[in-house]
Amino acid sequence: MAKSIDISDLSIYYGDFLAVEGVTLTIPARSVTALIGPSGCGKSTFLRTLNRMHEVIPGARVEGKVIIDGQSLYDDAVDPVEVRRMVGMVFQRPNPFPTMSIYENVLAGLRLNNKKLSKSDADSVVEKALRGANLWNEVKDRLGKPGMGLSGGQQQRLCIARAIAVEPQVLLMDEPCSALDPISTSAIEDLIHELKAEYTIVIVTHNMQQAARVSEDTGFFNLAGAGKPGRLIEFNPTKKIFSVPDQEATEAYISGRFG
Amino acid sequence: MTDLATAPETHQHVPLRHPRLPAFAPLLAAGIAAAAAALIGMTLSWNLTGIVALAIVIHLVGLTLWSRTVENARAATDRLVTSLVWVALLIAMIPLVSLIWKVVQEGSPALNAKFLTWSMRNVIGEPGGIYHAIVGTLIITLAATVISVPIGLLSAIYLVEYGDQSKLARWIRFLVDVMTGIPSIVAGLFAYALFSILFGPGTQMGFGGGVALSLLMIPIVVRSAEEMLKLVPADLREASYALGVPKWRTIIKVVLPTAMGGIITGVTLAVARVIGETAPLLIICGGTDSVNFNPFHGQMASLPVFIYSSYTQPGSNPEILKTMAWGAALVLIIIVMALNLVARLAGKFFAPKRGR
Repeated sequence: MAKSIDISDLSIYYGDFLAVEGVTLTIPARSVTALIGPSGCGKSTFLRTLNRMHEVIPGARVEGKVIIDGQSLYDDAVDPVEVRRMVGMVFQRPNPFPTMSIYENVLAGLRLNNKKLSKSDADSVVEKALRGANLWNEVKDRLGKPGMGLSGGQQQRLCIARAIAVEPQVLLMDEPCSALDPISTSAIEDLIHELKAEYTIVIVTHNMQQAARVSEDTGFFNLAGAGKPGRLIEFNPTKKIFSVPDQEATEAYISGRFG
Repeated sequence: MTDLATAPETHQHVPLRHPRLPAFAPLLAAGIAAAAAALIGMTLSWNLTGIVALAIVIHLVGLTLWSRTVENARAATDRLVTSLVWVALLIAMIPLVSLIWKVVQEGSPALNAKFLTWSMRNVIGEPGGIYHAIVGTLIITLAATVISVPIGLLSAIYLVEYGDQSKLARWIRFLVDVMTGIPSIVAGLFAYALFSILFGPGTQMGFGGGVALSLLMIPIVVRSAEEMLKLVPADLREASYALGVPKWRTIIKVVLPTAMGGIITGVTLAVARVIGETAPLLIICGGTDSVNFNPFHGQMASLPVFIYSSYTQPGSNPEILKTMAWGAALVLIIIVMALNLVARLAGKFFAPKRGR
C-alpha cells in the first residue's frame, strides 16, 4: 500500500516571500526518509506541502509538482481533504483531542468523517492501531480514560495510532520526538523501524543521531543566506551523507562546523 | 572547557535572618487602631463612617511605622500596600453585601406559596402573587436566548474560523462593539417601532421583549464565544485536518466541543445580564396583572417591570405592594444566582477532561 513520492522543482511561497526554492527529489516507498538542516530552512514547510497542510496558513502557495502514485497533488481537481486521508501526519507536540477518550482519539479519523463502524469493527481498529503504535499494552485497561491523561511520550504514540488508524499510504512526522525524553524517543524510533514495513515515512528532525539511526535516505536543507530561500543541498543514502557527503556544506553541518 | 575550580573566597557573610513582626501583627494593629479610633471618635461624638475612616488611617500609619522600626523599609512598603489592597477589597464588598442584605431582609417576608403561585389579577388591597411576572420573565428571556445564541455563535464561528483578519470580519467586530454600547431603552424603542410596522401601531407582546433583549444579548454572546473559540489551540485543528477531516466537520466535532464549557458560561452570563432589564420591556411588553403564556399576543408582565410599577403606582395599599416589590427583587436575584450556578456546573461538565 505504501507509495513513493516524486517531487519536481517545487517552490513554496508565503504571499510574495519565497520560503523554499526548487526542490527535486524522489522519496522511495517503504523506507524512512529524514530531512535535516538548521532551523528556518524550510524543512517543515516542505513536509507540510506533501499533504497540503501548509494551505492552512493564509497566503501559502506552491509552484512545481508533487506526484504520489501517479497523481499530482496540486491538480485543480484534487481535494486537499482526500490528500490528507492518504498522507497522514504526526506533529511536533503531541495533540490528542482533549474532549475525547483514548479509544475515541484513535477512532477520530474515522468517526469525524462519519464512517459507520460496528462495535466489533471499531474495537479491532483501535486494537490494531494501538498495537501498531506500541501503546496497546500500556492503555488496554483504560481505553475510556481521557487521552490527555497519558504521559507526553504516550500521547505522541497515541497521535501516531490515530494517524495510522485511517490507513494512510504515507506518514509525515514533523520533529515527533523533540518534546519527548530519551526513553520515549527510543520507543518512537523503534516504532518507526516497525512502521516502515508498511508505510512510506518522511521525518523532519533536528537530531542528527536520530536521522542516522532511523532513516535509509537523508535530505539536507540549508539557507542560501540570510533572507534567501531554503534549498535542498543534498539528497543521498543516509550512510553516504554521514560518511562521505557530496557537498562540503553538508559535511560542515553534520560535523558541527556550521557555515 | 569550563573551569570548575572554585573561585577564591571574596564575598563576605550575608545574613539571611532579619527581625520579623509576629504573624498576628496586622490583626493586632487593626484591633488597636479600631479601639483608638472608637475612643477618639466617641469623645468628639463622630458618626460611624468617621470612626471607621480614622481607624483605617491609624492602622495604615501605625503598622507601617511599626514595621519600619522593627523590620526594614521594603517590608514596611509591603505591609502598607498589602493593607491598602485589603481596604480596597473591603470597600468594594460593602455595596454588594449591603445590597444582598437589604433585599433579603425586605423581601423574605413576602415569600410564601401564594406569592409564587398567584397572579395579581383582581387582587386589590391584599397581598397577591408574582406568578405572572415570573412566567413572563422566563418566557421573554427564553425567547431572547433562542434568538441570540444561534446568531451569536454562528457570527463568532465566522469571525474566528473564516473571517479572521478580513475587512468584513473587522467591520463585524466594530459593529458588535458598537452594539454593546446601545442603551437598553433604545433597543426597546427599536423593537416597539419594528412591531408597530409589522403588526400595526401600538403592538405590545412578549416576543417583542425577546427581540429587544436579544439586541443587547447578541454582542455579549458573540464576544464571549469568539474569545472561547480563539482559545482552542490551532494544534487541534491541524490534527483534525491531517486526518482528512473537512473544515466544517472539524469545527463541529473538534472546535465546538473543546470550547463548549466556556461558550455555555458566556451565554449564561449574557442571560444574567439581560434578565434584569426594565426599560425595553416597559415599552414593548407593557404590563399586566394576568398570567399570559402566549408570547405572540397581548401584554406580558415581567419581574423588573413588576418591581418598577409596584413602586411607582402602588395603588390603594402602598405598604403591601412595596413588600411585594422587594420580594420580586429577591426572586429575580435568586433566579440569576441559580443561572450562574447552572453555568458553572455546565462549564465543569463540558470542560475538556484532563488527568486520569
